[in-house]
Amino acid sequence: MTPDIEKLTKTASQVRRDILRMVHACQSGHPGGSLGCADYMVALYFHTLKHNTEFNMDGQGEDLFFLSNGHISPLWYSVLARAGYFEVSELATFRKINTRLQGHPTTHENLPGIRVASGSLGQGMSVAIGAALAKKLNDDNRLVFSLHGDGEIQEGQIWESAMYASHNKVDNLISAIDVNGQQIDGPTDAVLSLGSLRAKWEAFGWEVLEMSGNDMADVVRVFDLAISKTFKGKPIMILMQTMMGNGVDFMMHTHKWHGAAPNDEQLANALGQLEETLGDY
Amino acid sequence: MKKYTYTEKKDTRSGFGAGLLEAGKRNEKVVALCADLIGSLKMDAFIKEFPDRFFQIGIAEANMMGIAAGLTIGGKIPFTGTFANFSTGRVYDQIRQSIAYSDKNVKIAASHAGLTLGEDGATHQILEDIGMMKMLPGMVVINPCDYNQTKAATIAIADYHGPVYLRFGRPSVPVFTDPDQKFEIGKAWMVNGGTDVSIFATGHMVWKAIEAGEKLAEAGISAEIINIHTIKPLDTEAVLKSVAKTGCVVTAEEHNRFGGLGDSIAQVLAINNPAPQEYVAVNDSFGESGTPDQLMKKYGLDTEDIIKAVQKVIKRK
Repeated sequence: MTPDIEKLTKTASQVRRDILRMVHACQSGHPGGSLGCADYMVALYFHTLKHNTEFNMDGQGEDLFFLSNGHISPLWYSVLARAGYFEVSELATFRKINTRLQGHPTTHENLPGIRVASGSLGQGMSVAIGAALAKKLNDDNRLVFSLHGDGEIQEGQIWESAMYASHNKVDNLISAIDVNGQQIDGPTDAVLSLGSLRAKWEAFGWEVLEMSGNDMADVVRVFDLAISKTFKGKPIMILMQTMMGNGVDFMMHTHKWHGAAPNDEQLANALGQLEETLGDY
Repeated sequence: MKKYTYTEKKDTRSGFGAGLLEAGKRNEKVVALCADLIGSLKMDAFIKEFPDRFFQIGIAEANMMGIAAGLTIGGKIPFTGTFANFSTGRVYDQIRQSIAYSDKNVKIAASHAGLTLGEDGATHQILEDIGMMKMLPGMVVINPCDYNQTKAATIAIADYHGPVYLRFGRPSVPVFTDPDQKFEIGKAWMVNGGTDVSIFATGHMVWKAIEAGEKLAEAGISAEIINIHTIKPLDTEAVLKSVAKTGCVVTAEEHNRFGGLGDSIAQVLAINNPAPQEYVAVNDSFGESGTPDQLMKKYGLDTEDIIKAVQKVIKRK
């Protein structure tokens, strides 16, 4: 393991602890997808993004990130805090009255790092495309990233935006889908099968890459590969294979932790599996 | 009583098209999006002048609202263009989350509102849009009355920071307002002073209110006519001042009686100064195919309907 990968892996371990403690403290939230996407989000903010923690809404000259599956907010909040957008102590306010850390991300409470509300699914890719178009108009050659759940792509708006991005050569956009095969009511194959994601996105005219989303070295490798494919006339889609609940043995191989909080005993068990590397908030 | 005349009829959507071009010339941040209705929205002139600042979205209104929200993040001032039906009901959640709740500086330009869309029928004749849009926190809702006012409103909202719903229509209607008017968001326009009844009208109904006012004057009734081009934020001061003088109210709108201008006025009066009120509005129904004039008559939105409502409400004082 290179020093960089080791450092990112340690950060991801701390972020996973944050997620579990946040969800436990308010006894609500979505730990499953948050844990599964932790490696993606840590690599994005600590390796890939050219960004400024002195938050500016327009983000000119910066890479931008849009979280479309807003329910994995505890992950985003932890990463934003650990990256320096706000104090890590504020993570304790997650989902509590008068917090800036709303159940789903919002600009409404002026939390630094967030540029649009998400939660109602399917909307983030359209917004990311708009931001990418504005960058082109502004001669700003930085990139736009977006993340989506696999269940989320059952929403029709995703396919409107998929068609638009390729037709209009929005090639400064790197989207990713968290392919964990689970949604609230069960496996995606049981609820509404997604079929071949590669075939679908290729048919829609996107450059499709695959990422092993819980292998930090592969996450970093694929991010670097994706960036090398920007500005070549196609939007880029990363199909990211993850395991919902990754990092906590009893939260994996099930959809039951999509939107459920651990009790005291379960929290202790889970934290025992994750090294405290940067200090708990 | 001021006498209003007109020499030509024009559609309010052409006022939008002219206003969009002017707004684009004044501010390079203004961009436009359309969901496959360029001709209907009269966006051709803007596109010809600023081809790089126009985005053809295709028949995908949800995506259009999201892209508009994203464009604001790079500092742009996007105007979305499609029919009022597809600008509101079809994309309510996109507007709610990505634009209104996210406080994005998007201007939703909505044409072919109401019954006067005509022959296409009820699928396209939205009569609920004002209600939906005014319920969104922070959303400004504007329904100008003629070509000149629509052009002025379009220019004005480009200078205002925040989400705006701009509603206009398809048919040619009298052009009677000043071509050089300054449009003030949220400021009611006193069309004619009067003492016996206050008529608050919006959109195409303002001209009909003027026609009604002239006939009422012949019958000895002095009607105060106020153009409420901005339904939200409502000019409550103008409403209360007028009703304090007249003591009764008629509201006139090309919209369902539930959720529109009439309800906004009724709320202000109920809280501050309860007064008899009659609604000239569609009576909780869908429209149908027909010419605009036939439909306005059949659904009770004609000059005669305003006159009858005035006669009725005056008796209730």
